Amino acid sequence: MQTKKIINDGNRAVDEMLEGILAAHPRHLKSIDGSSRSIIARDGPRQGKVGLVIGGGSGHEPSFLGFVGKGLADAAAIGNVFASPPPDPILECAKAVSGGAGVLFMYGNYAGDVMNFDMAAEMADMDDIEVRTVLSTDDVASAPRDQRHKRRGVAGNFFIFKAAGAACDRMLSFDECERIAGKANDHTFTMGVALSPCSLPQTRRPNFEIGPDEMEIGMGIHGEPGIARGKLKTADEITDEMLDRILDEMAPARGDKVAVLVNSLGSTPLMELYIMNRRVKRRLDDIGVSIHATWVGNYCTSLEMAGASITLHRLDGELQTMLDHPCDCAMFRAG
Amino acid sequence: MTTIDSARLAGMFAAIAAAVSADRDRLCALDGIIGDADHGIAMDLGFSAARDAVAALDAAATDPTTLLNTAAKSFLNAVGASSGPLYATAFMRGAAAVKGKTTLDDADAVAMFQAMAKGIQDRGKAEPGEKTMMDAWAPAAQAAGEALASGKGLADSLGAAVQAAKAGAEATKAMIAAKGRASRLGERSLGHMDPGAASAVTVIEAMRVALTG
Repeated sequence: MQTKKIINDGNRAVDEMLEGILAAHPRHLKSIDGSSRSIIARDGPRQGKVGLVIGGGSGHEPSFLGFVGKGLADAAAIGNVFASPPPDPILECAKAVSGGAGVLFMYGNYAGDVMNFDMAAEMADMDDIEVRTVLSTDDVASAPRDQRHKRRGVAGNFFIFKAAGAACDRMLSFDECERIAGKANDHTFTMGVALSPCSLPQTRRPNFEIGPDEMEIGMGIHGEPGIARGKLKTADEITDEMLDRILDEMAPARGDKVAVLVNSLGSTPLMELYIMNRRVKRRLDDIGVSIHATWVGNYCTSLEMAGASITLHRLDGELQTMLDHPCDCAMFRAG
Repeated sequence: MTTIDSARLAGMFAAIAAAVSADRDRLCALDGIIGDADHGIAMDLGFSAARDAVAALDAAATDPTTLLNTAAKSFLNAVGASSGPLYATAFMRGAAAVKGKTTLDDADAVAMFQAMAKGIQDRGKAEPGEKTMMDAWAPAAQAAGEALASGKGLADSLGAAVQAAKAGAEATKAMIAAKGRASRLGERSLGHMDPGAASAVTVIEAMRVALTG
């Protein structure tokens, strides 16, 4: 039994989506001639500014190219569905946004992305473009606390890229941009829950099996199995289970300030996300943690997967400045 | 003694592409259990692109090194993912191992095969036992080298490689993933064959048939 999708040809899905995105956002985005999987901000890249290149597989929209624009990322390299882009489009992005001050590569920590981006970085080096890499590792469920460097990058990319993009836009030095990007990652914690699978356009088959009354806590944004499967619980119980793990790691003190992201994995509606956010607010109120800003919606999806993730981004003065810095992207605006 | 020219190598990519394409859904299903379910798609796309790129070359005017490098680049640009850098590096190393030759004899072909395995290991930095495609490629390369050293021809050497790859892939069922996407699963990866090792068996078997059949 194949899943239902509004597509023409599974193998053309990514390129046809890109054509539609460029048609919708001509003021913000353009592709590079001859490298259609390299999407560049029309406004943003400039001389003397550290360039920010993000990227990864397709199927997570609006990640990653929705966050390309002035004040955030300068370019995104686009892979096939759930697959890292190859080095060439990454390299083309780096060349297009290099302003002579260095180029930062930022993406989620996955073996495939690391190999392809590292190969692109080596190629950029031969073109005299200095590249540094900051991986996002915000998925609390994906490795134990003492192995944070092994964790996946998921929806928390939103805050991590935002901070780095602001640092770059404020014309900070390469060292400072890299430091702030790494710090933003250290301050970001995500937990996800999946209720039903997604299916790739090429196969149109569910990418994992899950019972009609089950949920899986900690599942990755590509359907990678999580840490515990159990009976579906109430929104408050699910939110508590996710927040308990996040707060245990973040260890906030009374008076701390955070930004919140409640993100849909694709098909979970805003109604359910806001029910979860209600609980997040109550729990944070209870422990005296204040919320500086909240985003609720589709920020890092997994095609049509049902489920959600909660991300807390612990703010200090510097990260708050970066978060509040204006940006104007195809699918996201702030300030 | 086998003599392998560029046309034969182009045929090898056609054979691998056909075998991987036929195996696509099984590989996606294996990957769905412990990964992100796209491994069969990436392998299918990559080898189809490699097949088409080398088919477009004039085999009579192309040396094996150029052909293998062409395959590597087209595979990489078609897929990215994990398999892109790994197999692209494999073919580039294979290309380097036979540099300057217009045809390959048995020893050249085994050297190419071993260089491919080394390339995958260097790029992915996985060791045997970590539940990756190395668990098929490493024993296969070793078995091919040992068979050749003991006086066997290419058919028997690659036959030994296939047997070793199969045993290696089977053994991944009893391993806990330490590298790659499944490594976040811990013990939940137990009992399942690694999809990269499974596809390596398919690739190596297709190479054996195409180069010695």
